Amino acid sequence: MGGSFTINHFLYLLQGVGWTIVLSALAFALGGVAGFGVMLLRTARSALLRRISFLYVQLIQGTPLLILLFVVYFGLGVVGIELPPLLAAGVSLMVYCSAFLGEIWRGCVESVPRTQWEASEGLALTRWQTLVDVILPQAARIATPPTVGFLVQVLKSTSLASVVGFVELTRAAQVVNNSLFTPFLVFGIAGVLYFALCYPLSRWSRSLERKLNVGRRQAA
Amino acid sequence: MSAVVKLHDIHKSFGTVEVLKGVSFEIDRGEVVAIIGRSGSGKSTALRCINRLETIQSGTLEVCGHRLDQPTLDLRALRQDVGMVFQSYNLFPHLTVEQNITLAPRRVKRLPNSQARALAQASLERVGLAEKIDCYPEQLSGGQQQRVAIARSLAMQPKVMLFDEVTSALDPQLTGEVLRVMETLAQGGMTMAVVTHEMTFARRVADRVIFMHQGRVWETGPGEMLENPQTPELQAFLSNGL
Repeated sequence: MGGSFTINHFLYLLQGVGWTIVLSALAFALGGVAGFGVMLLRTARSALLRRISFLYVQLIQGTPLLILLFVVYFGLGVVGIELPPLLAAGVSLMVYCSAFLGEIWRGCVESVPRTQWEASEGLALTRWQTLVDVILPQAARIATPPTVGFLVQVLKSTSLASVVGFVELTRAAQVVNNSLFTPFLVFGIAGVLYFALCYPLSRWSRSLERKLNVGRRQAA
Repeated sequence: MSAVVKLHDIHKSFGTVEVLKGVSFEIDRGEVVAIIGRSGSGKSTALRCINRLETIQSGTLEVCGHRLDQPTLDLRALRQDVGMVFQSYNLFPHLTVEQNITLAPRRVKRLPNSQARALAQASLERVGLAEKIDCYPEQLSGGQQQRVAIARSLAMQPKVMLFDEVTSALDPQLTGEVLRVMETLAQGGMTMAVVTHEMTFARRVADRVIFMHQGRVWETGPGEMLENPQTPELQAFLSNGL
């Protein structure tokens, strides 16, 4: 106990930042792919697929991320599937993100006017071609702010992975604080580091919005 | 003369509301047919059935040899033969005029990218807008957007073109420029079905006029029938100044 905050403590926190970034990237990438799949199912022509994916989204959105983490890490451990903490956290976050991103993106796809589908159909484009060439580029512009907003939340939610023993920024701060007992300083620094991660994301969202606005700079 | 569009006893309901109550008509190759009638008379629905934007409940419907009432219908083949232009243009706002025109030919007909620009150029020349090839839709007036929409449809080389109230969103001057393009197409021998409120256009350009009323073909005849309506309903419709 005791001692003062040194550069080594700070480097340890930075290492935690590194793992937070890795975990977030994993969550974004896996969750994005799975979320795209959920969006496709939610907008599918088959009512059964829409129904099943709707239940999935409701189930996941109605469950705390912490419970998901416990189920994946401890629950699977009991039945003999032992995942390393990084993988357990990554899988939990993927499931969590897929439900939210899938639903956000469904809304964006459906907000593109139906007449765009009709015009594409009339030109003999397939459903997939219409989606890729006509609908998604327009939906992406609408989707950017809520998507990045959600990703900022996810980045902060990775702190929950500390409960399965994964040493990301929050866990690292706890470790440092346990030896120094200067919670205000240590967690204050951790907070600033989180902000330093999230703020560029928000800025990036705004610049992306401007870039995607090509062709409709004067709205209405 | 061979009919390229044949509707026989078409019935169509939205929920419990029957909007087409046994509609029959034919359109010959190279013929221009104007479909007129009040809002809610079923004229737009009938047009949308022709390229399967709406499905019919009963009746027989054949377009360019495609049987729309059969489960074996090749939908994409049908749509390559039938072009459609909408009231609200429905251009793709995120694509340039060139990309709007060449998207379907590149994706559907595998047109090489190297030939795309020439195709866009040629299609635009037919609607008199060659200089707008690199614009985005929002940079064009309503009339210009509608002419681009016509060029986009033409680029797929359809055998039949459907026009769904294509000038209803335009002021009189812009309406004129769109109608002139359509008249040129008609003179070039294009088979056209035109749902319209432009009576002058119907009289001058159409080979035949179909008056729809309450989900039925009420009266049909050459353009001159508008001077001399046979039914009181058409008389009333025309005297309302529409």
